[in-house]
Order: sequence, then C-alpha cells, then structure tokens
Amino acid sequence: MASVPMHQGLLLAGILFALGLTGLLVRRNVVFILMSLEIMLNAAGLAFVVAGSRWGQPDGQIVFIFILTMAAAEVSVGLALVLQIYRRFKTLDVDAASEMRG
Amino acid sequence: MFHLVWLIPAFPIASFLVLAIFGTRLSKKAVPLFGVGSIALSAVVSILIMFRFLTSPPPGNHYTQILWTWVDVGGFKPQIAFYLDALSVLMTLVVTCVGFLIHLYSAEFMQEDEGYSRFFAYMNLFVASMCTLLLGNNLLLLFLGWEGVGLCSYLLIGFWYRDPANGLAARKAFIVTRVGDTAMTMGLFLLFDKLGTLQIQDLMHQALLHWAVGSPYAVAAALLLLGGAVGKSAQLPLQTWLPDAMAGPTPTSALIHAATMVTAGVYLIARTHILFSLAPSAQFAVAVVGAATLILAGFSALTQPDIKRILAYSTISQIGYMFLALGVGAWSAALFHFMTHAFFKALLFLGAGVIIESLHHEHNIFKMGGLRKELPLAFWTFLAAGCSLAGLPLITAGFYSKGLIIWDTWSSAQGSHVLWFAAVIGVLLTSLYTFRLIFVVFFGEVKTPVHKRPGLRMMVPCVILAVLSVVGGFLDTPPFLGGVHSFTDFMHLALPVMTEGPAGGMTEILSESFVTLAFLVGLYLAYFFYVQKREYAEKLTAPAIGKALHQFWLSDWGMDWLYERVFVRPIIWIARVDKQDFVDNIYSGMALLTEFCYRGVRKTETGRIRWYAAGIAAGSIIFVAIVLFL
Repeated sequence: MASVPMHQGLLLAGILFALGLTGLLVRRNVVFILMSLEIMLNAAGLAFVVAGSRWGQPDGQIVFIFILTMAAAEVSVGLALVLQIYRRFKTLDVDAASEMRG
Repeated sequence: MFHLVWLIPAFPIASFLVLAIFGTRLSKKAVPLFGVGSIALSAVVSILIMFRFLTSPPPGNHYTQILWTWVDVGGFKPQIAFYLDALSVLMTLVVTCVGFLIHLYSAEFMQEDEGYSRFFAYMNLFVASMCTLLLGNNLLLLFLGWEGVGLCSYLLIGFWYRDPANGLAARKAFIVTRVGDTAMTMGLFLLFDKLGTLQIQDLMHQALLHWAVGSPYAVAAALLLLGGAVGKSAQLPLQTWLPDAMAGPTPTSALIHAATMVTAGVYLIARTHILFSLAPSAQFAVAVVGAATLILAGFSALTQPDIKRILAYSTISQIGYMFLALGVGAWSAALFHFMTHAFFKALLFLGAGVIIESLHHEHNIFKMGGLRKELPLAFWTFLAAGCSLAGLPLITAGFYSKGLIIWDTWSSAQGSHVLWFAAVIGVLLTSLYTFRLIFVVFFGEVKTPVHKRPGLRMMVPCVILAVLSVVGGFLDTPPFLGGVHSFTDFMHLALPVMTEGPAGGMTEILSESFVTLAFLVGLYLAYFFYVQKREYAEKLTAPAIGKALHQFWLSDWGMDWLYERVFVRPIIWIARVDKQDFVDNIYSGMALLTEFCYRGVRKTETGRIRWYAAGIAAGSIIFVAIVLFL
C-alpha cells in the first residue's frame, strides 16, 4: 500500500482546520458553530494519524480514538446547551446570547 | 504529680477550640459543660499540685517541665516550659479556683445572651493565657500569656459589640495597656541584649553576677518592666482604661478586671524581684506609684455613682497596696493581699452583677436602695466582701492582708513613714467608699423594685467566696493575734524575706490600731453622710469648691481630659494632616493606574462568543509566529 507523503496529509489537515475556524468565525447559527468545531477536531486528529504513520508508531491512532471519544462527549454537552439556548432565546443566533458583557 | 502541670492551661485551651469552632452548633446545655468543666478540671489539677507541693515539695522547692523548644535561632532558645514554685503554684491555684467559681456564676448569668458560647470561648482562652503567663519559665512565654490576656480583655470588654461605646472602651483598654507593653518589650530586649537569656531563673542569676546594686542597666530594665506592670495593673499614670473596661459583662469584670489579669503586674514584679532588688531606685518608684495610686483612686471611688466604676476604682486602689508592698520589699504581703483581694473583689463584682441583673441593668447606686430585705443572700455576701475590702478588724481577710502591708511599709528597711501614712489614709478612704456603696444600695427605702432573683448557680459561688474572704486571712496573722505564719512561710520558699529597718517608736499592734481607727472613722463618716444625714452629703457638693472637687474626682483627676488633649487629639490631627503625603500618593497612584487598566480591558468583554474565538485564533497565530520567526 503506497503511503501518502506527510506534507500532503498535514496540508489537508491544515486546510480542514482553517475551514473549521472560518466557519466558526463567520457562522452565527450555533449548530453550524458546533459542526465547525467538529471539523477542527477532526483536522487535529488527522494531523495525529499522519504523524503516527510517518514514524510508524501507533500513538497517533490512539490519540485519534481519544479525540473521537472527547468529541462525542463534547457534542452531547454542546447539543444540550444548544437546546437550552433555543428555549431561552427562541433563536439559534449566538449573538443574541451576549448578556455577559463587562 | 508535678508533670501534670501542662494540663492546667491545656484543658481551657482545648475547650476554647471546641467552643470557638463548634460553639454555635452546641446546645445551651453543652456550652457550660465545656466552658465550666474545663476550668473545673484545671482547678482540680492545681489543687492536687498545691497539695503535693505542701506535703512533699520538689527538690529545691521548684520544678520545671520542659515540653518542647519553641524557637532555636542564633543562641536564642526559648522553650515551652512550665516552672513551678511557691509563687506560681499559689497564683495558679487562685486563678483557677476563683476562675471556676466565676465561670459557674456566668453559666447562669449569661444564659439568655445570644453570644453564650462565644463568651465561654473567650473566658476559657483567658484562663489558658493567664495560666501560661503564670507558669511560663521564660519571659517570652510569659509575654505570650501577657498579650493573650490582653487580647481576651479586649474581646470581653467589647463583648456587646453592637454598642459603639463598648468597642471604644475595648480599644481604649487595648491601646493604653499597649503603651505599658511597649516599655515591657523594650525591657525584654535590653535584658536579652545584656544578659543573653530570657529564661527567668538564669536571667536572675546572670543579673546578680554581672550587675552591681544600682547599676544603670538594672535600673533601666526594672523601670521598663515596671512600665509594663503599670499598664497591665492599671496603676498611675496608665489607670484610665480600667474604669471604662467595666463596659464588659460583669463576670468578665470580676475575673479579668478585678481578680486575676490586673494583678499580672504584681506577679511580674514579684517574679523578677531580684532585678528590682538590684535597682533600689526602681523599687522605690514601685512603692511611690502604689501609694499615689491607692490615694488617687480612693478619692475617685468616693464620687462615682456607677456601682461597677466604684469597684473598678477600688480595684485600682487595692492593687496600689500590692505595688506598695512590692516596693518596700514585702513580697509575701503583696501576694497575701493579692489572694484575699481576688476573693473579696471577685465576690463584690459577682454581687454587683446580681444587683444589676435584678434591677433591669441599673448601674446607678442612687437609683437602688433597700435591697437588704429584697436580696438577703446577696446582701450578706456583699457585706462580707465589703467588710473584707474595707478591713473590718479581727474577722475579715482584708484586715490581715492590708494590716500586714501597712505594718511592713513602716517596718521595712525600704519603707518610709510617709508611705505608711498614705496607706493608712487609703484605709479610711476604702472604708468610706465601701460603706457609702453598701449603705446607699442596701439600706434606705426601695427605689427600684426587684424583678428577678438569682438562682443557685449564681449564689453558690458568692457564698463560697464570702467564706473565703473571711477565713482567707487566718493563714497569716500578727503575733498578738495568734501569730500564724503559714502563708508567709510558704511564700518564702520562692521569695526573699523582707529586711527590717528601725521600728522608730512604732509597734505592730500600734500600726494595726491606727488601721482600725482609720476603718472606724471611714465607717462613721459613711454612716453619718449616707444613713443619718443624707442631705449633708448633697450639701457638701453645693458650694463651688465642693462641686469642682466632686467633678474633678468624678473624672478621675481629669486624667482622661488631659490625655485627650495631650495625646489623642494631636495624633488624630497629625494623621489627618498627613493623609495625603508622598508615600500615600504612590499607593493611591497605583490604585488609579489599576482602575484605568481595568476600564480599558473591560471594553473587550463584549459577550459575543465569536469575537472571543477570533481573539483566541489571532492570539495563537501571533504566538506561533513569534516562536517560528524570532
């Protein structure tokens, strides 16, 4: 099986991360923000896997499984918060929930 | 047996911790169980130690228990160690036993108070500190106890803190005694600097080796320690705090401001008696301070209308007697008067507490009257203590202890006839103000009806103390009245025998006769002015001179007025003027800068989550860029 060169894998991870970050910054809908977060997490996971395969170590994949678990937990909490926000503000716009200003 | 001595302060301190931490959660029944029980245990231990001390005294008549080394820095090695000799055993016994009776009394007296457990916590801490003061074998440990009792005194004077006047009285007591304590601290520094130790027995030994009689260092150290003693024992010129200290609960006044803490100065001087023997001028100063105080406070007590203030001035005056005795080298007489005074003065305060409680917190004696029939037991116990205070001949303890001091003032090599005369005048004054108090409060017609009668827990301590204030004197009687010397002999285990001087045409029986005469004159004057011709007493203050004198004595010889103008107001003025100086500007400038930054940073807290995310992203990019390119 031909291995993917490392710089291509890292480039892909970087692009994914930048896409996620952009989505996070420009989207106002909470659900989309959560999805952007997932993309960023997976970008980081991809970077781990690529690095693991470059040095022939299993660590990268182990960390990726950790990230998956963490992401699942985070999504469950995040979605619960989304529900609460929707109930309270009757909208999914995060800028509406900006009451904690200094 | 003697190794149990550490338990004496340990019981109260343990009970203090329990009450301070869990006090509010304990029931009203459990609080006195800890508060009174711990003092009872301490009293039992001190009785056992006293008994053992009498039956089989330790070798050399002293015993030291070293618990651990407190600090060990550059040759300075004070220990947590307790020292037992006749002096500390006697004082600890009196403090714990009288303390126990007063605690028992408080268990009922303070029952309705919301700060019940807080009160017992403070009182227990006080007993623990007082025992540390008495038992400590070095001056640093003594000073720890010294400051501990000062703290408890402050806390208990301001016990009813909702009234700002009580807080003011508490601060006054704390600050005025601090003046004395500053002198004492300097004395400790001087002693350590010159003699290299603070362990009392070593210190005295070193002082004897290195300093000749009258050496300037000995005089300076003795005078500085006297400063501390004067502050704590409310002697001239630092006596102004004690009358105001009566703002505290009455059992506090009985325990701290009459029986025990205010005699700490007497203990300090007796404990360092070798130092005072090396400094005859300082010792003479002790006698002069005592004599002056007993006269001045006696006059002030004559004019007070507040029952507790009369007793406070009387306390100042009686401690004056103890100082006088110390000053003429009559060490054991001073301790004898300390013991009898602890009995009768504690009882007088407890009796005053009964009266005040039963008359809706009335303090003014001229609004009382005729209580002899209303509160018979309180009357008889109060009378016993009053007679003891005034020195009713032959049967009361006060007569024997005061008579001994007065005779020693004449017969001691360091005594003088002027001091003797002052002490006899003091007896007249004491008798006059005591019977003025008794006649006005207990005789005549009823002015305020009694609404509440004291219970058993309040009266039992009064009766016990009444018995003690009568029979306590038979421990030591003059040669023509049995010649018992058991107290003096016991004290001579720790303190030197007084050197007698030429008697100069006076005998002990003659001196005692003068004391009796002074007592009778005072009694008669009080009877004449306050029972027979009540209107004469008012006529005395009618002319301008009488009125001015009355006002002058009422305000304690204008001392408070003077201090207010000489010390308090200038200091407040300087503080106000100096509020905006350069140093203060630095600190207020720092505060202003911080506030400016805070206002700037606050602007970025928009509450918009996407701005925060952008900030984090930008921050991490900048950070990575710095790491990569710099």
